[in-house]
Amino acid sequence: MEYILAALVGLFIAIGTYLLLSRSVIRMLIGLTIFGNGVLLLIFTAGRLTQEVAAIVPDGLDVPEGVIANPLPQALILTAIVIGFSMFAFLLVLAFRAYQSLDADNTDTMRLAEPDNAPNPPLSY
Amino acid sequence: MATTNPTTDLPAAMIDTVVPASDWVIVLPIALALMGSAGLMMFRRSNGSPLIAALIVIAGIIACEVALLLEILANGPVSMTMGRWFPPFGISVTVDIFGASFALAAAVVTAIVLFYAELDRADADGRDAFHPMVLLLLAGVTGAFLTGDLFNLYVWFEVMLIASFGLIVQGNRPLQLDGAVKYGFLNFLATTFFLLSLGLLYGLLGTLNMADIMRVASTANPAAMAGVAALLMLAFGMKAAAFPVNAWLPASYHTPPAAISALFAGLLTKVGAYAMLRALVVVLPASRDMLEPALAWIAIATLVIAPLGAIAETNLRRAIGFIVIGGIGAVLSGLAMPSLNGVAGSGLYIFHAILTMTALYMVAGLVEKTTGQTDTRRMGGLYAASVPLSVLFILMVLASAGVPPFLGFWPKLLLLEAGLAQGVTGTAPGWLGTAMVLALLINAVLTLIAGTRIWAHIFWRSGPEGQGSEHASIALAPFDNRGKIALGATTFLVAGIVLAGIWPGPLMAGISEGAADIVDPARYVAATGLAGDEL
Repeated sequence: MEYILAALVGLFIAIGTYLLLSRSVIRMLIGLTIFGNGVLLLIFTAGRLTQEVAAIVPDGLDVPEGVIANPLPQALILTAIVIGFSMFAFLLVLAFRAYQSLDADNTDTMRLAEPDNAPNPPLSY
Repeated sequence: MATTNPTTDLPAAMIDTVVPASDWVIVLPIALALMGSAGLMMFRRSNGSPLIAALIVIAGIIACEVALLLEILANGPVSMTMGRWFPPFGISVTVDIFGASFALAAAVVTAIVLFYAELDRADADGRDAFHPMVLLLLAGVTGAFLTGDLFNLYVWFEVMLIASFGLIVQGNRPLQLDGAVKYGFLNFLATTFFLLSLGLLYGLLGTLNMADIMRVASTANPAAMAGVAALLMLAFGMKAAAFPVNAWLPASYHTPPAAISALFAGLLTKVGAYAMLRALVVVLPASRDMLEPALAWIAIATLVIAPLGAIAETNLRRAIGFIVIGGIGAVLSGLAMPSLNGVAGSGLYIFHAILTMTALYMVAGLVEKTTGQTDTRRMGGLYAASVPLSVLFILMVLASAGVPPFLGFWPKLLLLEAGLAQGVTGTAPGWLGTAMVLALLINAVLTLIAGTRIWAHIFWRSGPEGQGSEHASIALAPFDNRGKIALGATTFLVAGIVLAGIWPGPLMAGISEGAADIVDPARYVAATGLAGDEL
């Protein structure tokens, strides 16, 4: 099972990287999301896949009786999902606003901050 | 519920009684910043002054951090672990001298920038949530400096990132949206890489507490650990704008209002550099040794190439962005030679850069405000208009280039000593240390050329390019009251930097003591309560 998930993580990150290399902002955004989900799946797999019971300590005991599933990866992933989703939402709005005011969805034509034909440095001094 | 854990020394790790109020200074800076941000966000439509409220919060943060720093200087690193979970499991906030002093510098700089920010703000302009977001940024930065847990560090990076997203688009000009797209995508990608390496690290070691990782790192496959360390290096390198992955910084830092770029330049890349120092030198030293040649070459390339960009650039704040990147190279060169001097040099450089790079951007913002231009080709003759401004600018150029006796000189002195001793103490060949020494010197010369050229063009030349008349021929806006407040704030910060450069003794002594804890983190591990049980 780990091998299948590991291969899936690799596939997710490969697809995400491929889309990130695109010039279209929306494709980059989708690529970033797929990349991020690959990373979440990686944390899930890194926490070890078991078929044990949930991590609940019975009444009257300080530690659970038998072997339990690792409860930590879900806490990590949940945190990362919330953060990743808020970042995605912001970047989506940003991409839309940039499209509205720059009239560009292509990073090649977004040259306001870094002008295309940059002037030569001054030769005095 | 009494918790037992056979491997942990219970009395040493756990306090069952109420913690004395003085111990709360470890987490109070972060809590105050977060709560202050939330409070100001709620009241942003009210009539009160958000500036005064934010300054009160920051004054509280500074007071806590001074108390924290004094406590650490007296008794060594301190740690607090959350929520009745023992250190490897609960989130530890562990602070040593480096973390506390950088957090203090960040808070002081933020307070000064808040005064400065009045320059660009209209009356009753609290609705854009500028002050809450600055406090949120400070919360992220402070958390990153104080935390002792790698996943928690990731969360603080994201807090910092979302606050900086909000700040970089303040003003909503097309130029800023363009810069924000590049800034946003590349920084989010960097934190995703960070999360990726955390997942692998957790899979290898089963822990994310920094002190715990130090204890168990040797049990994992060294090659796999080196891979994780390389990914961490890439992630933090992107955040710090180290050479091959630095393109986002000059593409975005010049777009927001001057106060915001000053804040970014002082805080954000330094947190990336600090995180790299923490992760590679302290937490994973064995993997860092393997990556040492790569670190050294990245440092050399950053040191030499970045100031060339500053020489070639005509946009004032873009040029200063390249100088900021060059400074990151100096920090990285210390990571490539982690002797006592090297680490102390890196630490002192981060401290210096938090103050100086902010001041440099603040002066540049004043220049742009006075001339109404962003392009150095269309500036000139400013010396006649404002002598104080020209003095402030040249002082900061000298400080960032590291000309004695300014603040930038002392960390470079430590780094040069470390580089010359590299063949004796380091694991990499001695010539790499010599190469870094040369790169540091070349960086100083190139930064000096870039800075003084900009200064000569803006201040000394009698007019803009092509108008070399004897008479100042551009319209210069005199400072109004807000401008005078901004000039005063800048002067205050510059005076502090100059004084710290002239009397560096206490600073150097403190940072050297902090570097000892970085090179040998035994006290750091002991503070978390994990020292007793060896594996």
